Amino acid sequence: MIKAFIEVDVEICKGCELCIPACPPKVACLTMSNEVEGQTPNTNAKGYHFVMQVKDNCIGCGNCAIVCPDSVITVYKLAKEKKK
Amino acid sequence: MAKEKKYIEKDGQKFEVVWEKPKGLKDKPMHYCPGCAHGTLEKFIMEVLDEKDLKEKTIGVAPVGCSVFAYDYMNVDMHEAAHGRATAVATGISRVFPDHLVFTIQGDGDLAAIGTAETIHSCNRGENIIIFFVNNAIYGMTGGQMAPTTLGGQVTSSSPDGRNLATMGYPIKISDMVAMLPGTHYVTRVAFNNPTNSRKAKKAIEKAIDYSLEKKGTCLVEIVGNCPSGWKMTPLESYDWWEENMIPYYPLGVIKDKGVLVEKKGGK
Amino acid sequence: MSEKLLMKGNEALAEASIRAGIDAYFGYPITPQSEILEYFSKWLPRKGIAFVQAESEVASINMVYGAGGCGKRVMTSTSSPGFSLMMEGVSYIACAEIPCVLVNVQRGGPGLGTIQPSQGDYFQATKGGGHGDYRMIVLAPNSVQEMADFPGLGFNLAEKYRMPVLILADGALGQMMEKVEFKEYKRWEADMSWATTGKTPDREANIITSLFIEPEVMEQVNLKLQAKYKKIEREVLEYEEYHTDDAEIVIVSYGISSRLSKKAVDLAREQGIKAGLLRPITLWPFPTKPISDLIEKGAKGFLSIELSAGQMIEDVRLASNGRVPVKHYGKMGGIIPAPEEIVDEIKKMMEEK
Repeated sequence: MIKAFIEVDVEICKGCELCIPACPPKVACLTMSNEVEGQTPNTNAKGYHFVMQVKDNCIGCGNCAIVCPDSVITVYKLAKEKKK
Repeated sequence: MAKEKKYIEKDGQKFEVVWEKPKGLKDKPMHYCPGCAHGTLEKFIMEVLDEKDLKEKTIGVAPVGCSVFAYDYMNVDMHEAAHGRATAVATGISRVFPDHLVFTIQGDGDLAAIGTAETIHSCNRGENIIIFFVNNAIYGMTGGQMAPTTLGGQVTSSSPDGRNLATMGYPIKISDMVAMLPGTHYVTRVAFNNPTNSRKAKKAIEKAIDYSLEKKGTCLVEIVGNCPSGWKMTPLESYDWWEENMIPYYPLGVIKDKGVLVEKKGGK
Repeated sequence: MSEKLLMKGNEALAEASIRAGIDAYFGYPITPQSEILEYFSKWLPRKGIAFVQAESEVASINMVYGAGGCGKRVMTSTSSPGFSLMMEGVSYIACAEIPCVLVNVQRGGPGLGTIQPSQGDYFQATKGGGHGDYRMIVLAPNSVQEMADFPGLGFNLAEKYRMPVLILADGALGQMMEKVEFKEYKRWEADMSWATTGKTPDREANIITSLFIEPEVMEQVNLKLQAKYKKIEREVLEYEEYHTDDAEIVIVSYGISSRLSKKAVDLAREQGIKAGLLRPITLWPFPTKPISDLIEKGAKGFLSIELSAGQMIEDVRLASNGRVPVKHYGKMGGIIPAPEEIVDEIKKMMEEK
C-alpha cells in the first residue's frame, strides 16, 4: 500500500532536475523521462524531458515540490484517521 | 490563519494534499529558464500571501530584469517599473496606501547598479516595503553580462577574461550596506539550493511580511540565486558552482533583525 | 466671492493643488520652483497627505508613477534640468496611462544654464522629450491666477484622459507675486477601476505596465494611445485672442512672453498699427486651426514671441502652412525683452510685407 505519491504537470515541467537530489536518498523515487525505458513520448510539447515518479516509496515529504521553481508538483499523502 | 486541508480519493484511499501550486499563482507557465530561482521566490511569496490571506492588501512592483514579467504569474495588483526604480515606485505606493503590503522583486543589476540611489534612500527613509533581491551575480535577461555582484574572476559575456577586480571593481554586498542604515528592520540572505535552505527561505519571507504588516520599516531578503543560462551550466551544476563560489562571498544568514545587526559568522 | 490674496506663483500653484484634493507630492529642490516643494513640505504632512522629498528627480517621477498607479491625485514639480531627468519616467507614465500633474517652472538652458526664466523647453514639452510616441496635455499659465487655476484643471484632465498633464510655467511666473483668488473647485467624476488598490476576488488583478513584448500588442497599445490623442485634439483646446479681429500682424505667444506681447499690442495700436495677439493656453493640443482661421480674417503675418531661439514658431508655421510670413523674436539665457523691442519687430514685419 502506498503512503504517498506525487503528480507532475508534465507540460509545464522544464526538466531542471532540481527535485531529483531533493528527494531523500533512501526514497529516490524520481527519474527524468528520458531515463525511463519505453517512456514515449519522453519529452513534453516544449521539448523538455520531464520528471516522473518511478517508485512507489514516496513518503510525501514535499521536498521535490518545495524546490520546484515552476510549481509543477502536487504532493498527496495518505490521510491519517484521527479521532477527535 | 490555519490552512484548510484538502483531500482526494485514490484507489479507495483518502489522500491529503500536502503541497500544491499556490492559488495565488496564475496558470501561465513561467518564462524563466529551467532551474531559475525567480520561480521559486514567486511561489513562496504567493504561498505566504495565500496562507495569511493578504492578497487584497498587497501591491507588488517588478522592475526591468528577469523579474519584469512577475505580474504575469503573481495574481495580485502589480506595477512594472523602469530599470532600477522599483523602490521609488514602491515608495509612492506605500505612501498613499500605508496599510498595504508593498513588495519589490529586483535583480542585482537593477538594485545594485542602476537603482543604487533609489535602494539606499528607500532603505534610509525606512519605507515600509519589502525588497526581494535576487542576486545571481549576472545580468540574466540581457544575456549574461557582468553585474556589480559578479565575483572576482567570474567569466561573463562582458568580462570574457574574468572580472578583473583592479579595473572592474569588486562584487558589491548591497545587503550588508543597507543593513548599516537605521531605516532597515530586517535584512537576511537566503537560498533555494536544497529543501532545508528553501524551507528557511520561506520562513524568512514570512518574517519579512509579518514585520511589514507591523510597519517596522524596510525589510530586504536577498536570495543568493543561480542563473544556469547566464553561467552556462545545467541547473544542478549551477548549484555546485553556487556552493563553491557564491556562498563563501555571500554567506547565508540573518544580517539584521529587529533593527539590530547580527554578529557575523563565517564568510570572508 | 472668495477673498483675493497676494501670492507668489509657485505658492499659489501649491495651495491650489491642495484645494484640488492632492493625495501625494514628490519632489526635489531646484531653483526657481523650490517654493512649491517648500509649501507642500509645510502643509501636506499637517493635513496627513503624503509628501516625500526624494533623492532625485528620477526618484520623484517614479514615486509619482507608483502613487498615480494607485489612482491617487499626485504631482511633482521641477525646473528644466530636473525635467530632463524625469523624461524616462514620463514616457513610462504616458504608456501606462497614469494620471498625474507635472510642473516645469522653466529656466534658461541648455545644460545647467541659468536660474532666470526661459521658454526653451517647448520642444521637450510638446514634441515628446522622452522616448516613444506619446503626448502630454500642456497647460501654459501666464499669471499667478492661472498658476492657481491650472492644477485643478490639470488633475481633472489627467484623470479624464488617463495621462500626464504638464503645467509649463517659467521662472518669472513662479517667482512673481500677484493677486490671486481661489475659485470654488469642481472635481470631475472619473473611472478609476484600473488602479492598483489591492486585488479583490471580484476582479482580475490590475497591472500597471508599459511593457508589451509582443509587437502586435505593442502596436495596439500605440494605436489606442494615438486614438486618445486625436480625441483630445478635438475636445481639449484653450487659447485667448486679443485684438485679432482686424489684426494684420498677429503675435503668437504663451506664458510670460504673452504678457509682454499684450503690452506690445497696446503700444502698437497707439501708433496706429493693427496688431493682435493669440495666446495658446494649451500648447498641446496646439491652436492650429484658430491660427489658420486668422489668415482667412486678414492676418498678413505672424510673429512668434518666445523666450527661446524659436521653438513654437515651428507650430505656427505649420498652421500658416506657407500662406503668410512667420517670424520669431525672442531672447535666450534668462533675458526678457521689453515690449518696445517687440513693437519694433512688428514694425519691421509691416515694412517687409
